[in-house]
Amino acid sequence: MIAVDDKKFLKLKTFMQEAKGKDRPDSQLISILHKAQKLYGYLDIEVMNEVAREMNIPTAHIWGVATFYHYFSLQPRGKHSISVCLGTACYVKGAQELLNTIKQELKIDFGQTSQDKLFTLLEARCLGACGQAPVIMIDDKIYGGLTPGKVLEIIRSYKE
Amino acid sequence: MVTIYINDKPYQAETGQTIMQAADKLGFHIPRLCYHPKLSIEGACRVCIVEVAGMRNYVASCAYPISEGMKVYTNTEEIRRARRDIVELILDNHPEDCHTCERDGNCELQRLAFSMGIRKRHFEGEKKNYEKDLSSTSVIRDPNKCILCGRCVRICSEVQKVNALGYAYRGFKTVVMPAYNMPFNDSVCTTCGQCINVCPTAAFIEKNYTQELFQKLGDKNLIKVAQIAPSVRVAIGEAFSLEPGRQLEKELAAALRKLGFDYVFDTQFSADLTIMEEASEFLERFQGKGKLPLITSCSSAWMKCLEQFYPDLIENVSTCKSPMSMASALIKTYFAGKIKKDPKTILSVACMCCTAKKYEASRPELMVDGMQATDIVITTRELAWMIKSAGIDLLHIKGEEFDHPLGYSSGAGTIFGVSGGVMEAAIRTAYELYTGETLMDIEIQDIRGLKGIKEGKLVIDGKEIRIAVAHGLGNAYKVLNSVRTDPDRYHFIEIMGCPGGCIGGGGQPYAGSNSIPLDEECLTKRAEALYGLDRKKTIRRSHENPDVQRLYKEFLGRPLSTLSHKLLHTHYKAKEPRGIIPTELTDK
Repeated sequence: MIAVDDKKFLKLKTFMQEAKGKDRPDSQLISILHKAQKLYGYLDIEVMNEVAREMNIPTAHIWGVATFYHYFSLQPRGKHSISVCLGTACYVKGAQELLNTIKQELKIDFGQTSQDKLFTLLEARCLGACGQAPVIMIDDKIYGGLTPGKVLEIIRSYKE
Repeated sequence: MVTIYINDKPYQAETGQTIMQAADKLGFHIPRLCYHPKLSIEGACRVCIVEVAGMRNYVASCAYPISEGMKVYTNTEEIRRARRDIVELILDNHPEDCHTCERDGNCELQRLAFSMGIRKRHFEGEKKNYEKDLSSTSVIRDPNKCILCGRCVRICSEVQKVNALGYAYRGFKTVVMPAYNMPFNDSVCTTCGQCINVCPTAAFIEKNYTQELFQKLGDKNLIKVAQIAPSVRVAIGEAFSLEPGRQLEKELAAALRKLGFDYVFDTQFSADLTIMEEASEFLERFQGKGKLPLITSCSSAWMKCLEQFYPDLIENVSTCKSPMSMASALIKTYFAGKIKKDPKTILSVACMCCTAKKYEASRPELMVDGMQATDIVITTRELAWMIKSAGIDLLHIKGEEFDHPLGYSSGAGTIFGVSGGVMEAAIRTAYELYTGETLMDIEIQDIRGLKGIKEGKLVIDGKEIRIAVAHGLGNAYKVLNSVRTDPDRYHFIEIMGCPGGCIGGGGQPYAGSNSIPLDEECLTKRAEALYGLDRKKTIRRSHENPDVQRLYKEFLGRPLSTLSHKLLHTHYKAKEPRGIIPTELTDK
């Protein structure tokens, strides 16, 4: 159970109460889930249960929305998220190799978080930096012109 | 009225109808899959497409309204081919295991593929590969068989309003599942089994106990005892291709003995007993001892629903066990004593119209002297299969009577199977218990029929008693919500979890090729058959049942006695997950 005086939860609750004042409160579900993910970093079952109770929306329906959109994460994310671009240009320039290197180094697959909770691996389709292909993005920063060796260096620099 | 043309012939049709509704009335059966008249229109399967002159694309006839002068083509070469392609695409991802499938011969998809003329498979599509969910006591979920028509999602959210099911994930990976992909058993599912009733394939089926039962029937060390619910006898004929509404009471008693049962009892007997206890409980509460309104407790799906959604009303619900559990408790005590046998050697089997009864049987509150009271529950469908599989000719068998002492019933016990029946039976007895006079006009028309919520009033000894009857959990919520806001509105409420009452139970025969699941005409015929059995009986009031009277004299003492409380009554407690009934749905 979420503690009622949990600060994040109080923020979410205020947000939901505002949503309830709007025209069709049930149509506010997506924005509430966005808010929850922003606060907690992902959508925890307990959080979804609280949204269900507060908004009077069945959990099966909330689960449907949460799983439909890729943006929603159902597992806690690491401190940093690594997006590997698998768009055409990056792919041609060897993105698959970069990806294999990262997977091996961190021992995770797409959507998973490394054991030290430092990295979450995400898939991306063109980050708009084709000129620098192949690229990866860590949090909001783009790294271009990469080779497997360079990728390892970058990842290790985040570990320090 | 508007004029529309179907296949170039003019017809008059009612304004506001969809193409499918108009066509249905005019004798054109457009093929369909996701459509069900009781549910909202989904338009998911596209099987019902037709050609409309002037339209660029084919339209889904289930969703498209008719208009003056509209020219509809239902059967052109192109539309036939397009429709066939759609069904072929559904089949491409579907397991090719018809001959070993539970729904073989009863599958809507199979029938549809046949009627489309699909005789070979052109493509081998990617197959789904999910684990079956076997966690529930009653309902098995197999996503590999699911074609995503969404009827289960809609019946669960729109008719039953349990909202146990939803679509999760997207595209090819879409799966119908409970919230958080939790095991069915841990979800808010009430095990009513209506998803099974409406599923066109075998994505939902009951947990099957037929093999285990066959094995136990062969065990010479066991005393095999069966009981059979009222609604089974008026529906099982449909599984043998009979028209709905044929009752096979005596044939079933004979068939059960041929299957290997040593004693065949009637759940209608314990329905009479339920009335003795419940009518007494009502009168006690009516005279000031306990909470009103009293709400009936026979329906197992409603029991789980109560604990999850309405724990605040637990005190209002009758403590009486269901007739099945009363009979089972007596089989392992009273009856075991009569035949001088160790109750541990008795196998107590219930043949029910219901999947939720499988759940009920597993409730620890219903144990008797440390034993599970009902050992195995099979549905009407499972019983029909066992009878066929054992080579018993149900339709030409010589009828037999039920066994004593738990087999004789009044007409009041019979009508338990139909919505309003428990209330009607209770009134027949309560009236006499309270006034000492016999109620002459015993057929209470106000609470008969398929209307979702039925209300009535009667006067007993100058005092007005207000009653309500609801069937289908969605209707039940409306009545229960009104109890929350206005506790004095009713004195006595009957709730049945399934549409129509037990006759529409989740364990009843699948709809045949000329019918649809939960068809009102079919439910009405099953109900009529039960009312017919009631009318034919000389004894139509539970308290006049001589075997019930003997049971009280020899064993229980009187209704609500200490022994009655021990064997025939139970209790409820609030359950997690609590479940949510969306207000915007229930207020409509």
